[in-house]
Amino acid sequence: MTASKTWAPVAFAFALAVAPGAFAQKKYDPGASDTEIRIGQTMPYSGPASAYGTIGRVEAAYFQKINDEGGINGRKIKLLSVDDGYSPPKTVEMTRKLVEQDEVLFMFQPLGTAANSAIHKYLNTKKVPHLLVASGATKWADPRNFPWTMGWNPSYQTEGRIYAKDILANHSSGKIAVLYQNDDYGKDLLKGLKDGLGDKAAKMIVAEASYEVSDPTVDSQIVSLKGSGADIFVNIATPKFAALAIRKVYDVGWRPVHYLNNVSLSVGSVLTPAGLEKSVGLITTAYLKDATDAQYANDPGMKDYLAFMKKYYPDGNIADSSNTYGYSAAQALVQILKQCGDNLTRENVMRQAANLKNLQLPLGRPGVLINTTPTDFQMFKSMQLQRFDGKQWVGFGDAVQ
Amino acid sequence: MRRKNIALAVLLVVACALPFLVSNFRVFQLTMVLIYAIVLLGLNMLTGYNGQISLGHGAFYAIGAYTAAILMDRFGVPYWLTIPVAGAVCLAAGFLFGLPALRLEGLYLALATFALGVALPQLMKYKHLEHWTGGVQGIVIVKPDAPFGIPLNADQWLYFFSLAVTVVMFILAVNLLRGRIGRAMVAIRDHPIAAGAMGVNVAMYKSLTFGVSAMYTGIGGALGAIAVQFVAPDSFNVFLSIAFLVGIVVGGLASIEGAIFGAIFIQFVPNLADQISKAAPWAIYGIFLIAFMYLLPGGIAGLIKALRRRYDR
Repeated sequence: MTASKTWAPVAFAFALAVAPGAFAQKKYDPGASDTEIRIGQTMPYSGPASAYGTIGRVEAAYFQKINDEGGINGRKIKLLSVDDGYSPPKTVEMTRKLVEQDEVLFMFQPLGTAANSAIHKYLNTKKVPHLLVASGATKWADPRNFPWTMGWNPSYQTEGRIYAKDILANHSSGKIAVLYQNDDYGKDLLKGLKDGLGDKAAKMIVAEASYEVSDPTVDSQIVSLKGSGADIFVNIATPKFAALAIRKVYDVGWRPVHYLNNVSLSVGSVLTPAGLEKSVGLITTAYLKDATDAQYANDPGMKDYLAFMKKYYPDGNIADSSNTYGYSAAQALVQILKQCGDNLTRENVMRQAANLKNLQLPLGRPGVLINTTPTDFQMFKSMQLQRFDGKQWVGFGDAVQ
Repeated sequence: MRRKNIALAVLLVVACALPFLVSNFRVFQLTMVLIYAIVLLGLNMLTGYNGQISLGHGAFYAIGAYTAAILMDRFGVPYWLTIPVAGAVCLAAGFLFGLPALRLEGLYLALATFALGVALPQLMKYKHLEHWTGGVQGIVIVKPDAPFGIPLNADQWLYFFSLAVTVVMFILAVNLLRGRIGRAMVAIRDHPIAAGAMGVNVAMYKSLTFGVSAMYTGIGGALGAIAVQFVAPDSFNVFLSIAFLVGIVVGGLASIEGAIFGAIFIQFVPNLADQISKAAPWAIYGIFLIAFMYLLPGGIAGLIKALRRRYDR
């Protein structure tokens, strides 16, 4: 009797101590601890694509800011970002080093379609999350076959579907002509366009012409597309060919509703060589705010970004869209890690990444929300349309899905 | 000679023990060292022994890699069978490229091979070849498991497989270079006119050397594709060709064991440089290279030879 009396409070205290613990039990996989979350990344800091290296730098700077503010649930983020020189064999070697030797919890934003293809199978066999892949290929959103991989960029098919939606909403009786680059990217975007048009595709698309990257010009394609009598033109071309097409369309006196794909929206390297006056009225998509766009000068998200750049990454070019890109991806990752709480297993990281609900990033275009589910790994399903006014791109309308 | 045999036996025992002592990632790196050693041996035959400079051996490495990848991916050919096929394809490619290119001497040949190295990655993206090469997307291949239930993991198995290929290729090279053909190759390098006067068919030997050198490189490329499990045009840029050239000079020109030292250098020194300075890894790499050239003009193999001479005295 006396024994049970003495033990009762102890047992009660023990039960109290254990009960919450059972709820929020800390669980860790390699790379996570009470004080640290270790993350791996490969980036082309050298080699032909080294201009993208700033993405890794701005992300490291953003995690520094998060750490200075106390980290995520008390844990500091340690980003191990290594150079792969944009060479896939090096990506494989470095990724294996990060996973097997440095024991990172997961890989974050490795850059390049070929580089990521090289580690796609490896990371999925190892069951290491391959998160926010920095590439626009559609294959990064395939949860059935590759449940450990999730892409970041809106896919080309998504973009094609958005143009289709706008065409159906505003020019439903129009006739469409398409110019596309004859490779995976061009066909991917064209497929999205056709899927979006649905059963109207066969009737509405009156002409298609493709070009090869080795072609000197696209003049003959434009002339034959004009001859089809189309009044809508979808321009699926990389910068050099997009510029040639924009100029030729104008010069032959064709004035269609002109959709230009997102990869060629650069004012400096596409529209200026094509002729700014010839580019007025072009329509394209965007999912992130542009730091050079005057309409965002007083936007709180943009102000935070500019203040962050000044303090943590003063060498970075604020106008470089790679910096807004990396900043936004890092913020999305922070949200995923916050959702993980104290359960930092690889499985839970993946579960939380596939459980983002209406996430509006500070630099996301208004209404461009991130939504993921266990069967849908596509981060961005909506984008905002924007029109070129002769000087800059101006967003219009709501986000289109 | 007896001491040399003992040294070789010790080396082989160490090579066999290593994969059980280090992590799988290190085993993968060591496999790459073996693969580079085969490539460097081939390039050394051409440059070190025969005196022809090639800045385009990355192209033959790529041909070997693509041969293996396409055979495995499209035709379901077992991985081990792709190695001799890749070697044969590159032997033919090297010999055919060698015939016209060998009218060119020294730097002119270097430029012609450089052109090959620059052009090949782009050709792999060509749309009529895309069906085979996978275009920019490349080809993903599956790493083979150990056969007959041997208790080794895939990395260890591939290491031993590569080690076996390396040993065979080195024995072949020793027999080739220490014999009549090797002497003819060196004679052509030292004095082509004198060699011709002695009855050596200079053009034939040069083309053949080019072919055999390409064959070694192609076999390395095929093994490399299997180890990395992926080929894409971006994997075989010009820098790869230059790295090979750096490897043979650092390892030691006209030296068989130099290929191993050179392979260790091109595998590990860039990583080491990256660890020393994140900001300027290539500057550190450059300093390493300059230091090597000043302190060891004969390469690592040259240093060892000098040391041995001193001890023997």
